[in-house]
Amino acid sequence: MRLAHNSAGANLVSGVASTLLDARGAELGLFEVDEAALPEVATRVQPRAVCLGNLFRDQLDRYGELELVAARWRKAVRELRTDAALLLNGDDPLVGDLARDRPGAIVFGVDDPSAARPSLQHAADSKYCVRCGTPYEYAAAYVGHLGDYRCPACGHSRPLLAVVAREIALAGLESTSFRLVTPAGTAPVRLGVPGLYNIYNALAATALAISLGASLDDVVAGLESFSAAFGRFERITIGDRRLLMLLIKNPAGANEAVRTIFDGGPPSLVVVALNDAIADGRDVSWIWDVDFEPLIPGLQRLVATGDRAAELALRFKYGGLDADAIEVLPSLERALDRGLELTPPGGELVVLPTYTAMLALRKLVAERGFVRPYWERAA
Amino acid sequence: MRIVVGHLYPDYLNIYADRGNIAVLARRAAWRGHELEVRTISVGDALISGEHDLLYVGGGQDREQALVARDLVQKAAGIFETVADGAALLAVCGGYQLLGRFYRDTSGDELPGIGLFPHETTAGTSRMIGDVLLECELDPGIRRALAGFENHAGRTRLDPGAQPLGRVVAGFGNDGESGWEGCRVGRAVGTYLHGPLLPRNPWFADWLIAQALARRLGDPPELAPLPDELELQAHAVSAARAESRGGRR
Repeated sequence: MRLAHNSAGANLVSGVASTLLDARGAELGLFEVDEAALPEVATRVQPRAVCLGNLFRDQLDRYGELELVAARWRKAVRELRTDAALLLNGDDPLVGDLARDRPGAIVFGVDDPSAARPSLQHAADSKYCVRCGTPYEYAAAYVGHLGDYRCPACGHSRPLLAVVAREIALAGLESTSFRLVTPAGTAPVRLGVPGLYNIYNALAATALAISLGASLDDVVAGLESFSAAFGRFERITIGDRRLLMLLIKNPAGANEAVRTIFDGGPPSLVVVALNDAIADGRDVSWIWDVDFEPLIPGLQRLVATGDRAAELALRFKYGGLDADAIEVLPSLERALDRGLELTPPGGELVVLPTYTAMLALRKLVAERGFVRPYWERAA
Repeated sequence: MRIVVGHLYPDYLNIYADRGNIAVLARRAAWRGHELEVRTISVGDALISGEHDLLYVGGGQDREQALVARDLVQKAAGIFETVADGAALLAVCGGYQLLGRFYRDTSGDELPGIGLFPHETTAGTSRMIGDVLLECELDPGIRRALAGFENHAGRTRLDPGAQPLGRVVAGFGNDGESGWEGCRVGRAVGTYLHGPLLPRNPWFADWLIAQALARRLGDPPELAPLPDELELQAHAVSAARAESRGGRR
């Protein structure tokens, strides 16, 4: 099937429009849409299906507050075509509550308390009942505020799940397996990407594909052949060393990146790159909500880089890392070289960049001939 | 010495990394041999005056602010007595608004404040978002800069004669018009600046620590200097951001 897809990540109204202009003969359009642009894109495109993942404290400086975005989503959902499918992440209280307005909505979520966090993370956003304001009780919290919640006062709780992940096994940096339960049947799935957050991505894709008529076999085959979008989780070989790059862009995602590398063996050296361009979020306060602390005891060296390298260095210094263990090198190229220099031959260098830092690092590595630019890889 | 901090509503008001401010106070106190003890005071908890050297109130989203506003009014007497007893106070963003007389939203509904700071806040239709740079004179004759980030829809108007925290060099400040930012009443300071504020403004963190110690010592003590190269570097970048792209008045 010929697909029109904004695979390079241009997810505003303009990005969707230029993808469509470029896609003569496409039979299906698949668009990843920015949270603030969603209402306008939905009005203009009149989609057959809308899949809503989650609302995290991402780039508050651009969008204002979560509640505001959720209210706009609610309005957009009300204005969808009556025959449009709506797929919702029920583990997010703000998103799951949208099912109220649309009886046919397909709700997805995780149901495996053994994969839950011991407690709600500091960065959790929607901790209070969306209907009455009382703190939720969580039977299980998975990623940020995503989980199995219930309000002890008014009883508002996670909606019933139709597409579910059970029996989750996280295998460090390499892969993730789980049992996929859907209205079309049940199947074991092995994802080639790490982390619980990728299970949410898989569930969203499953719900969407099934609502458009895909078979369970096709869904499983698609999930198992998936590899991460460039830079979100990527291993790049550079001579006799390897680079492991995990994108960080908000507290919930960064916590997952930290958990993923910690599970793969706590590194003694890490390069963290903090930029503050519009695409990164100009407000860098979010780094103080990230739980970097699990990495700190094992760290012998932090290379802080990017336009806000010093701010990042302070995050680790006040998190308890000895100031002598911190090097501040705002130039990404110098930081990359310094990181590689400190990595023994055969070793792996962990790099945690924000979005524009990731693009710049990837460009540096491509210029040295170690990785093809993403536009040549697009399918 | 032990410094007892009463952290108001950390479970509700924590949107802009308020825990970064607390971490900075704790470490910088410890590096001088003082121990910071942080006690949570949330909805339904009693605030007993005479127990605290410093009160901290962070920022929240509109929804969380509305959830704590009624409880805060019940704590008003305790907060006034604690401040009168000599405690220092830092309120950021939403906390700063709630410590004024009221916050009026765009539909005209009012959240009651407690009136510790002589100001009133009315929501505007646009948000004031960006880097900010202030010039402050907390001690007579000593001018120092504060660099931070602001993100607020509220326009806060100080009463005539009220003392601001500082003069806006770049950015919006209290209301985007007056040229003032924040408010100071003795050892109590309110501000829209987050970022968080204290890591990149170490002099201000030390000012608060000294004010908190002054409750028991009578006068704020001189604190031993610390190696602040990273802090000053972060301050310089933040200040440059404000000057090049902070909100325009």
